[in-house]
Amino acid sequence: MPPQPDPALPESVAPTSVAAEPDAQPQPAACRVGLTAIFLAFAKIGLTAFGGGIGGWMLRDFVQIKHWIDEADFLNGLALSQSFPGTNVVNLSIWIGNRLRGTLGAVAAVAGLVGPSLVAAVAILAVFDLFTDFKMTHQVLAGIGAAAIGLSLQMGITAARRSAKSIFSVVMMALVFVAVFVFRLPLPLVVAIAAPVSIAVAYRQKQEG
Amino acid sequence: MDLNTFLRLLAVFVPLSLLSVGGGQAVVADIHRQVVTDLGWMTDGQFVDLFAVSRMAPGPGSLLAALVGWRVSGWTGALVASLAFFGPSSLLFFALARFWTIHPRSRLMQAVEQGLAPVSSGLVLATIFVLLASADGGWLAWVVALMSTLALVNNLLGPFALLGLGAAVFLVLG
Repeated sequence: MPPQPDPALPESVAPTSVAAEPDAQPQPAACRVGLTAIFLAFAKIGLTAFGGGIGGWMLRDFVQIKHWIDEADFLNGLALSQSFPGTNVVNLSIWIGNRLRGTLGAVAAVAGLVGPSLVAAVAILAVFDLFTDFKMTHQVLAGIGAAAIGLSLQMGITAARRSAKSIFSVVMMALVFVAVFVFRLPLPLVVAIAAPVSIAVAYRQKQEG
Repeated sequence: MDLNTFLRLLAVFVPLSLLSVGGGQAVVADIHRQVVTDLGWMTDGQFVDLFAVSRMAPGPGSLLAALVGWRVSGWTGALVASLAFFGPSSLLFFALARFWTIHPRSRLMQAVEQGLAPVSSGLVLATIFVLLASADGGWLAWVVALMSTLALVNNLLGPFALLGLGAAVFLVLG
């Protein structure tokens, strides 16, 4: 397995780097990249990035090695990917694919990222299913599951610390947590109420600041 | 796949696609609520198994949607669930990337980013506790999860090694 880049890298550098170049314009790719090449490059990332940190892999492969997209544009896409609904790395793939080859480029990028790794994930599940009669299989999966929850907890703590910028945001975070975990309220209801309120408060804080 | 299952998969994943603020992890708690509690498609333990596979497999963690679809209705289910979960948000983001010129540092986008952050964090934390409450193994699951978090925070082991270690601990003590 190749060394893992720091998963937090793009997030942590995003604000400063983008702010440093507020008027950076997206540059066209130096040469026309083939759709197959786009598909294969994203498939490689989808199949080799384990345990998260895909954003960091993309930064290294597409910005630093292949020079398909410049860093400021990549970080703009990353920031927007995180602000809009959807899986962040899928959104980021759309951003990069669209820069390279427009609509078809975006389709090739998402198909490359999701398709092969989807087949791999289902194959892994199918292998576990073959041994479903053994007690060991359940112990292994339960152990992996517990450790995986730990990985998510580390992400969750990082995200919570980053978003706890004011008393309001801490209260908002706690209310959302209680609504979903304690009261098991449907997510659409919670997000429909919490998101507009939270965005409006953040907007007002920006105006006042 | 019968029409009813097809429509149910769409009804679960299409809304969550457009509501997955801050990424796929945020909506796992609600996927659990729907497919385990409301629809009874699988048990708590089976759901955590799918989560485990989604995290040990390469690629985005959101492939959990595909695994839920596969569990419910084979390859067709995996395809339908994936399209339902990745499609709507992707179309929205594609429209943004292609036709709009929004600067991510504009005041509105900064407010969106800053405003959604606590909502997303609250959802991710809820996901973690829903999963912990559903995990087989009781206290052992809590201990392994907390030790994995501590190991990651202190850079003691990589994610993949931690998953293997979790499996080993459960084999010995579970």
